Amino acid sequence: MASFLQRFGQKRRANKSSAKKQTRQAQATAASVTQSVAQPMDIAPNDPIIAYFLSSPTAVEIDKLQLDSPTLKALKAAHVKLTIPLVSQGELVGLINLGNRLSEQDYSSYDKGLLNSLATQAAPALRVAQMVLEQQAQARERERIEQELKIARLIQQTLLPKELPDLPGWQLTTFYQPARAVGGDFYDFIPYEDGRIGLVVGDVTDKGVPAALVMATTRSILRSSAQADYSPGEVLERANDLLFPDIPPRMFVTCFYAILDPVSGHVVYANAGHDLPYRWLEGEVAELRATGMPLGLMPGMQYEEKETTLTAGESILLYSDGLVEAHNPNRDMFGFPRLITLLGTYEAGEQNAIDYLRDELSTFTGDNWEQEDDITLVTLARSPVPALNDDADQATMHLLENLPANLLELVSQNQDQPRSQELTASSQSNGWHVLQTYQVPSEAGNERLAMAYVSETIRPFHLPERRLEQLGTAVAEATMNAIEHGNHYNPEIPVTLQILSSDQAIAVHISDKGGTDSVPVHEEYEAPDIEAKLAELQSPRGWGLFLIQNMVDEMHVLSNKETHTIELILHLEGDAHVRQNA
Amino acid sequence: MSVKTLKASVRHRPSVSVVDLHGEITAHAEHILNNAYAEAEQRGLEVILLNFDDVHYINSTGIALIVSLLARARKQHRRLLACGLSDHYVEIFQVTRLSDFLRIFPDETSALTQENTDEA
Repeated sequence: MASFLQRFGQKRRANKSSAKKQTRQAQATAASVTQSVAQPMDIAPNDPIIAYFLSSPTAVEIDKLQLDSPTLKALKAAHVKLTIPLVSQGELVGLINLGNRLSEQDYSSYDKGLLNSLATQAAPALRVAQMVLEQQAQARERERIEQELKIARLIQQTLLPKELPDLPGWQLTTFYQPARAVGGDFYDFIPYEDGRIGLVVGDVTDKGVPAALVMATTRSILRSSAQADYSPGEVLERANDLLFPDIPPRMFVTCFYAILDPVSGHVVYANAGHDLPYRWLEGEVAELRATGMPLGLMPGMQYEEKETTLTAGESILLYSDGLVEAHNPNRDMFGFPRLITLLGTYEAGEQNAIDYLRDELSTFTGDNWEQEDDITLVTLARSPVPALNDDADQATMHLLENLPANLLELVSQNQDQPRSQELTASSQSNGWHVLQTYQVPSEAGNERLAMAYVSETIRPFHLPERRLEQLGTAVAEATMNAIEHGNHYNPEIPVTLQILSSDQAIAVHISDKGGTDSVPVHEEYEAPDIEAKLAELQSPRGWGLFLIQNMVDEMHVLSNKETHTIELILHLEGDAHVRQNA
Repeated sequence: MSVKTLKASVRHRPSVSVVDLHGEITAHAEHILNNAYAEAEQRGLEVILLNFDDVHYINSTGIALIVSLLARARKQHRRLLACGLSDHYVEIFQVTRLSDFLRIFPDETSALTQENTDEA
């Protein structure tokens, strides 16, 4: 005879499985009187029957009730005779509905009293059961969201670079901290075959798995574009056209793309609506500004391309908006002006720029800050001149200052050159002054770095292209010898380059720690016998010092127990000849 | 500093096999350069042209590699030509006297034209 209606309250919805469970419970309590079980039904929040039940939470004979109520109609249609509202803490949590008695007699006052008493007991129990179900549903939802965040984090962390590229002469530092609701930040370093490196930082709008998937797609497109050797503007143009058809609505990607030549410091860059990176040097801060629409918004976009050269000691910062849009407890934003001021006052010391910015952000936001968005920071700093005149390497400075005094052997590359007791261009000699001193790690290929340093330092002299190339080759060969024979490819032992000038000449001193055992210079003075080499009577190698001496006006070699130095001299005016082969 | 690799490809013209070189000729180029040269040799033509048009750096080890190729060509009675060298590397080929044994042309067209004229 009993039926049970599982619609409880105006705010909650029980799911079907729990409703069935409750139905079973109701059936159990009505064991011997089963006639029919009504289907679960919803009561609209504005149904007047709710107000009626709340005002009179006792057994109601449905046939006698007159209300314009959809629920009442439904109850009548289901042949419900008696309804007992279940009210807990002023809220309707359910109904006990009964059809006709088996005896077809009306329900007695005793029946109603018993049912009212039952309802008083059942309502709070039912409410508790409902709350447990709601909490279980919420827990499942939280678990689902956590799982999604976990997947998003996994995608993101899998695709961020595991290792930083090795860029001698540069310091590359990165920091990535996802917000709890993982955003779509990404950064990447893409090596080109010719030694250049692509630098990427981007941000996908939206969060979670969809953003992570768009980030993964964007990254793949950028990488494949780089392999095809497109310029930064072309890379972004292609990425935009490929992303546009498939990107979910209201989602787009901001992205900065640059290609760095680590030898020259030359950077070409383009920007698809990303926050403008900053460059800074000795208190001066400037933007790397190029315009372009974010990726995925409109097809057929073109991206402005700019280029610049990063000089020694200069740095750039690529970042995502999680930094500048962070808020403090007063809801003030970190903002661009603060970032610019911080970069302008940053002094390179023990703390790198990223740690410095993180500390400043932490001070700004306070201890209890809940991070609002992902934070990505990438800094790239070109090594400052190892300032032997200052304090960078006191040991090397000492070594260079004492070179002439430590002289053990000095050889002149040409018989007609007078032997001297010191290098021609000594920093202590009148008329010579040191322009720059650099150090390069003793690693294969770093002669290109030495060439770039020298070329950059002597740029103000406006030497003819031919002379520059001659000096470049001589510097490269001398540096290769120093790396290989002097320092035995030990990257911990640098090759030192000192560039000096006088009114008449430029000198480059290239020193290694090989001492007297370093380069077999004596064997190399004679012009190699190419006929013997072609006849395979001699090794095809052995051109280095011969090339050096033919590329510069003077070459001197100085060795002592600790140091081996080659001095290259290029006359600035007059007879700017290159020694012809004998 | 990252090491830059050489890329090489081989084309065959009617009487000349052309080895196009891209990148840098340093110690790291040895394998690729020798393989490309071997591929060019297989056609059996008497003349092999090394196209340096896209080569921007040759160091002393690279010079040694070219000397080795030249020695190999001479042993097999082949002629080796070069084209596309920048003025600086033309000067280096002259200083090293490589140019005494390996004819240098400004570009591929002039090399092939001269070669055809010589043949005729």
